[in-house]
Amino acid sequence: MFRTLPDLPGAAVRILIDGADVAAREGEPLAAVLLRTAPFTARTTPVTGAPRGPYCLIGACFDCLVVVDGVPSRRACMVPVRAGLRVERQHGRREAAP
Amino acid sequence: MSRPPRVDALVVGAGPAGMAAALRLRHAGLSVRVVDDAPAPGGQIWRAAEANAARAGTLGADYARGIGVAERFRACGADYRPGIELWRLDPGWQAHVKQDGALGRIDAGAVVLATGALERPVPFPGWTLPGVVTVGGAQTLLKAAGQVPTGPVWIAGSGPLVLLYAAQILALGGAIAGWLDTAPAGNRAAAALAGLRRPRALSRHAGDLMKGLGWRLKLALARVPVISVRAVAAEGEGRIAAVRFVTQAGREERRPAQLLLVHEGVVPNIHATLALDCVHDWCPDQECFAPRLDAFRMTSRDGLFVAGDGGGILGARGAAWSGTLAALGVLARGGHLSPAAAAQEAGPLRRRLASEAGFRAFLDALYRPRRDVLAPSGETLVCRCEEVSADAVRRAAALPGAGPNQIKAFTRTGMGPCQGRQCAATLARLVAEVQGRSMESVGCLTIRPPLKPVTVGELAQAAEQHI
Repeated sequence: MFRTLPDLPGAAVRILIDGADVAAREGEPLAAVLLRTAPFTARTTPVTGAPRGPYCLIGACFDCLVVVDGVPSRRACMVPVRAGLRVERQHGRREAAP
Repeated sequence: MSRPPRVDALVVGAGPAGMAAALRLRHAGLSVRVVDDAPAPGGQIWRAAEANAARAGTLGADYARGIGVAERFRACGADYRPGIELWRLDPGWQAHVKQDGALGRIDAGAVVLATGALERPVPFPGWTLPGVVTVGGAQTLLKAAGQVPTGPVWIAGSGPLVLLYAAQILALGGAIAGWLDTAPAGNRAAAALAGLRRPRALSRHAGDLMKGLGWRLKLALARVPVISVRAVAAEGEGRIAAVRFVTQAGREERRPAQLLLVHEGVVPNIHATLALDCVHDWCPDQECFAPRLDAFRMTSRDGLFVAGDGGGILGARGAAWSGTLAALGVLARGGHLSPAAAAQEAGPLRRRLASEAGFRAFLDALYRPRRDVLAPSGETLVCRCEEVSADAVRRAAALPGAGPNQIKAFTRTGMGPCQGRQCAATLARLVAEVQGRSMESVGCLTIRPPLKPVTVGELAQAAEQHI
C-alpha cells in the first residue's frame, strides 16, 4: 500500500500493534504506520462492524480511531509515534471507563 | 487554580494564514499566543517543511518556501504552542484547549481563527473501504512520514492538488496506474468563460497556469493513463481490491487497485464559527458554506476574525495576505493602529486578494465537482460514522418541515465522532434538493462544543482544578 523513502528524519523505534512488534519512526503520525502494516485498518465500526482505515489524515474523519496506551478512540493520524507505543485496533463500540 | 493566561490576541492555527497574522501582530508589539494541533508550524500546505529541508527540492519550490516563513514565525516572539487542540471557544474571549489529555483555558482580547480547509467529502460507492484515502491525506503521509504509495495506485478526482501530488510521486520514483478525471465535461467551457470575464486575473497568474501545464506534462511523459469518467466505485472485502468506473463515453470498466486516492477540492473548516453561531453564507461557486466577514475579516462576532481558507478558499498565497489583513483588523479594533493607517496598509493586500479571487473563480469553474459527489443517491453512505445511506437521508428529507437537525435526530446522520465534518454539507444539499429549497434557507447542522474529543474524566479533572 505504501513504502517509505530512504534517509528519513526521526529515530528508528519499535512500537506494538495488537501485540506485534512493528518498526516505525519517532514523530511520524501513527496512522502512517497502520497504512504500512497489514491488514491496513484501524478499527471496525460500532454500527455494522465494517473495517475502516485512515482516510483524511488530518483529524477530520475519525475513521483511524485506535486504542493508544490504554486510551480508546485516539485519532491515529494525530498521534506522533514514540518508542514503545502500545496500540490496539479498535473493534466496535467503546465502553465508558468505570 | 491559577488564573488563565491572558493575551492580546490568540491565533488558532500555524499555517500560512496563522503565521502571517502572528507576524503582523507581533510587529505591532501585541502579546500573541498561537495554538496549533500539529507538532510543527506550516499547516497542511507546509506540513513538516522544516523537517524535510533536505528533500524540499523534490516536493517543489512552493513547499520549500514554508521553511523560511516558519523560521521568521518562530523568531517573531509569539508564544507558539504546538500539539494543542481548541475544543471550545466562548465570546469575550475564552479559548478552551487540550494538550496531552489535560485541559486548559486561554483568555484573549481577540481571536484569529486560521484553521484552514478540509478536503471536500466525496461520497461514492465504497468510499469507506480501507485503502480509499484522500489525495491530501496521501500528501500528508508523504510530507510527515516520507511515504509513497505502492501497488496499483489509482487517483479519482480533479483539482490542482491531484496534479501536484501525482507530479511529486512520479518525481520520487512512484507509479500511478491511472488518473480517473472526474471533472464534468462542461467544466472547460465554463472555465474558459470565467477566464474571459477576468482576463487580467488570468494573465497575472500565467505562472500558475504554466505550473499546472507542467504537472500535466509530467503525467503525460510518465504515460499515466488519464481517463475521463462520470462515475467511480471502490470494491473489495475488508479493503479495496478494485476500482470500477464509467467513462464519459459510457463504457464500464473494472481494474485491480490497492489504493484509491480521491479528491474533489477543499472547503472551509467552519466548525468553530458554526459553533459560535456566526453568520454564514452559501458560496455557490465553491459549493460550500463560509462565515460572512467584513473588510478586515471579522466575523459577525465582535473580536473574532478568520484568516485563510477558513473564510473561503483562496490558497496559500491568499491565506498569508488575509492573515495580515485580519491582524490589521485586530490592531485597528484594539486602537493599536489608526483607522487611516489600517486602511492604507490594507489597500494593496485587498487588491492582491481580489486578483487571487479572480484566478480562483477560473479554478472553481474548471474543477467544479460532479453532481453525484455533491448529492449522492442509492446506498452510497452519506454519514461515514453512523453509516447512513443517501436514500435514508432522502427519505427523511421528504418528511414535511425536516431540516438538517431533525434529520440528524431521525437518522443519526452527523451524530458520530466526526460531528458532521464528513456529512453536513451533503446532508444540507440533499435536504435542499428533495425539498426544492435554497442552500441558504436549509443552512448547516447545529454544531456544539466539544469541537474536539474530550473525555468526561478530563472535564472532571479540569473542574477540580478550578475549585
